[in-house]
Amino acid sequence: MKDDDAPKPDLGSGLTRRDFIKISGVGAALPLALGPTVVRAAGEDVEVHGPGKVPVALNVNGKTLKEQLEPRVTLLDALRGEFNLTGAKRVCDRGECGACTVLLEGKLVYACMLLAVDAQGKKITTIEGLTEGEALTPVMEAFVANDAQQCGFCTPGFVIATTHFLQQHPNATEDDIRRGLSGNFCRCGTYDGIRAVALARKSNEAQS
Amino acid sequence: MSEYSWPDPATRPLLGKKISRVDGPIKSSGRAKYTYDYNPQGLLAGNILRCPYAHAKITSIDTSAAEKMAGVKAVQVIQKPGTEIFWAGDEVVAVAAVDEATAEDAVRAINVQYEVLPHFVSDAEPPRNLAVSSGPISQDDFEDMEGNQVPDKQVIAAIQKNGISFHLADSYVKELQGFGVEPKVIDALRAAKYVEPTAAQKSPYKKTAVQKQGDPDSAFASAAAVSEGLYGASAITHCCLETHGMAAEWPGANEMTVHISTQNLSGIAPQLAEPLGVPAGNIQVLQQYIGGGFGSKFSPDRWGVAAAQLSKSAGGKPVKMMLDRAAEQEVAGMRPSGFARVKIAADKDGKLVAWESRSWGTGGMAGGGAPPLPYIFEVPNQRKQHVAISTNQGSARAWRAPNHPQAASITMCAMEDLAAKMNIDPVEMLTRNIELTGARAPIYRDELPIAAEMMEWKKNWHPRGDKTAGPVKRGMGLSIHTWGGRGHNSDCDLTIHPDGSVEIKMATQDLGTGCRTIITIVAADTLGIPMDQVKLLIGDSRYPVSGASGGSTTSGGVTSSTRRAAVDARSALFAKVSPALNAQPEDLEAVNQTVRVKSDPGRSLSWKDACAKIGAMPLTIRGKNPDKAKPPDLTNSGVGGVQMADVSVDTETGIVRVNKMVAVQDCGLVVDVKTAESQVKGALIMGISYALYEEKILDPVTGRMLNPNMEFYRLAGIADVGELQVHMMTGKGYDERGVIGLAEPPVVSPGAAISNAVANAIGVRVPFLPLTPARVLEAMVAV
Repeated sequence: MKDDDAPKPDLGSGLTRRDFIKISGVGAALPLALGPTVVRAAGEDVEVHGPGKVPVALNVNGKTLKEQLEPRVTLLDALRGEFNLTGAKRVCDRGECGACTVLLEGKLVYACMLLAVDAQGKKITTIEGLTEGEALTPVMEAFVANDAQQCGFCTPGFVIATTHFLQQHPNATEDDIRRGLSGNFCRCGTYDGIRAVALARKSNEAQS
Repeated sequence: MSEYSWPDPATRPLLGKKISRVDGPIKSSGRAKYTYDYNPQGLLAGNILRCPYAHAKITSIDTSAAEKMAGVKAVQVIQKPGTEIFWAGDEVVAVAAVDEATAEDAVRAINVQYEVLPHFVSDAEPPRNLAVSSGPISQDDFEDMEGNQVPDKQVIAAIQKNGISFHLADSYVKELQGFGVEPKVIDALRAAKYVEPTAAQKSPYKKTAVQKQGDPDSAFASAAAVSEGLYGASAITHCCLETHGMAAEWPGANEMTVHISTQNLSGIAPQLAEPLGVPAGNIQVLQQYIGGGFGSKFSPDRWGVAAAQLSKSAGGKPVKMMLDRAAEQEVAGMRPSGFARVKIAADKDGKLVAWESRSWGTGGMAGGGAPPLPYIFEVPNQRKQHVAISTNQGSARAWRAPNHPQAASITMCAMEDLAAKMNIDPVEMLTRNIELTGARAPIYRDELPIAAEMMEWKKNWHPRGDKTAGPVKRGMGLSIHTWGGRGHNSDCDLTIHPDGSVEIKMATQDLGTGCRTIITIVAADTLGIPMDQVKLLIGDSRYPVSGASGGSTTSGGVTSSTRRAAVDARSALFAKVSPALNAQPEDLEAVNQTVRVKSDPGRSLSWKDACAKIGAMPLTIRGKNPDKAKPPDLTNSGVGGVQMADVSVDTETGIVRVNKMVAVQDCGLVVDVKTAESQVKGALIMGISYALYEEKILDPVTGRMLNPNMEFYRLAGIADVGELQVHMMTGKGYDERGVIGLAEPPVVSPGAAISNAVANAIGVRVPFLPLTPARVLEAMVAV
């Protein structure tokens, strides 16, 4: 398998948070305008939103969620703070640990590395979107059965990453599992259980 | 009289089995709500301006611009102008605003001026010619003595002789009581004279007097082999994934509700009462889930108090103050460094005869963190001296098994070097010295052969230095460890309702250790009902008080109080039911959802029908630990464990990989084998992490932590962990000891076992953890 299967921020055509930080000086100098302005920065055309709150509409778990947000608000903070979807956790807040992993157009992304304004128009799935009521997905059940969680703070990120990984790699080897799930960190030390989850489920039909 | 003893294996349907944790589903589905997730209507975001200098005096603070900003609801100066700041990242001003972005802007708008003072952050080996400090005992010295289990008599004598250099706050006394510090020790602290530290003690170095035992000089002179070396472990952080933090609100003028990420639910209100001037009984403390603590979360901390003050200023609206990652790494947790130059000797049979160590380390500003040397082995002739280095960084906090990992790294590596020098297999070396481990000797004697077999030690071990061709060398190493782990004070209320449902209330916390699961197992096992019929309510300070989760004290405490409550509730139920079954209460048993006559199981009532006999009102029983009126003691102290590591070292890059680790661990009666094994595996992984990657690196120029993040403060990832095998000691000799805590002990040995395996692979000792590629290459070049 390829190294780039590990979760990383979707660079896409939108702005990542690092780009935003790079050009924020430019943005601050712009006159107040309605809607995004396009400027030339870091050798690319980029949209500049704000300053101040702008209307943001996100497609999360099949629903459209709307809020007035400052352009600097990350997708993670919008999900957690504005829409109370707290399954994705803020841990490192810098794209290092994977605790905030969500799906964007079916791809794994770190929600802390994407601005909410740039996630508009894209299909976002959080851990809450994988189940209804008290139901568990087969991967979640396997996390319970293999005791692949202790404090549980990294667990939602790992569940999303494992679910996606198994869909992409139904016949993954142990080595694939190690590499494919290395975009998330755990502090309590639950990796052995998570490996068992992935191994137990690898030959099964891909789960969602 | 009721039988409180733990049941025999034949009569315990749940206890000692492999049972999935009860809060697994809510965690894996992302529905578990942590303090960080608390998100009520009208929540205000807290933020803190932190001092950028490692040592400075605040000269002025101007908050006027921040106060005028739209959306800023309260500003609270934490440390006033004139205050001396001793570490970078210390709290200066706190703000609360309508959202996080505004709170961040408000912090930026505050203007603080400092007079920058010289700082000191090095924990390199201290100069040799330091004078011995003979002044008063600091709070940190005292905590070291307690942490290292120095006998109470010696602690009291030291307090009486030297006086103390700290003021004994009531809140601190309560904290000590919570940790089970003996009343006579607390009395000695109360009676002690306050002594101002001398100028020498204000130097960063604090050197203890030489501690001597036996005749080390002649023992070294007549020994068959002497080995000398340099060993130790660098400072690391707790790196809790959920950062420290608290949300506070005031539903009434003199009433406060607190959500906090804590290991000490029952102990938070008493610590908040004093600084906030509100009766502790008016403070409700709540926490259902916590994202890691590892010893760093016992107090509301200054930021928690600030959140409460900000909330009050903002008309009682909830204020949530969670640390950001950088602050978490820089100020909210640290394990002291511990290093030593060691000289160790054995007789011709490999029996240890002499030990000499000059150790040092830093526990931050308060100094401290003296490792108990030599670890575990009571070497007959010893000379040792420790220098505590006070550095300008946030003070150390208890880190899972305080001081033991450093002590094990120093001792077990020195011993392994001696074994290599004498051409003795290290398993054999340990076996020959097992009597020196004292009371735990029989445990290690049981465990060593099991571990050796799991590792195929005899087949795979080779003398020091892998002689096979190629750059990648393989080696094996081992270490042993111990811990106390006696159950803490714990109260609980167990209620049987007339409809047969059961609930337990206890103001404890589940750190992810399986605390909820083991309480539920004990209650259901005792009452003969399924676990899902027991509703467990924890995480609310209005429930009966249970101790802090520190020092592996929770499992023994909560299971003991639950067992006593469940046995008494069962007896009370039998008394109500016995007439209907035409039997004496003591002739009844509760098995498999029925209450029946022991000698005639056909005479029975279903659990539901039996509970209907209780009457209209529910039956509530208080369970306690300890409870001398209800013997036997259901918990115990003192566990033993053995760990072995198999590593590969790439001698071209210096990269170490752990191929496999085995752990054989005792914790008395294992309540749930599944969560116990997870706990041990987790400790192995955390051990791999601090053995190979983790280090709190301070910049000597700025005095700041260079890696206060998770990119350069590296935790082990899933790909860094090899095969893990765990064996829990159970059955005769173990079960009857009662329940003993498990969180600390298995995290003690991995550093030493991995370091020994690396030395076995490459033929030289890499002195300090973490065994980074640079350190490995440096050690090989030095030879």
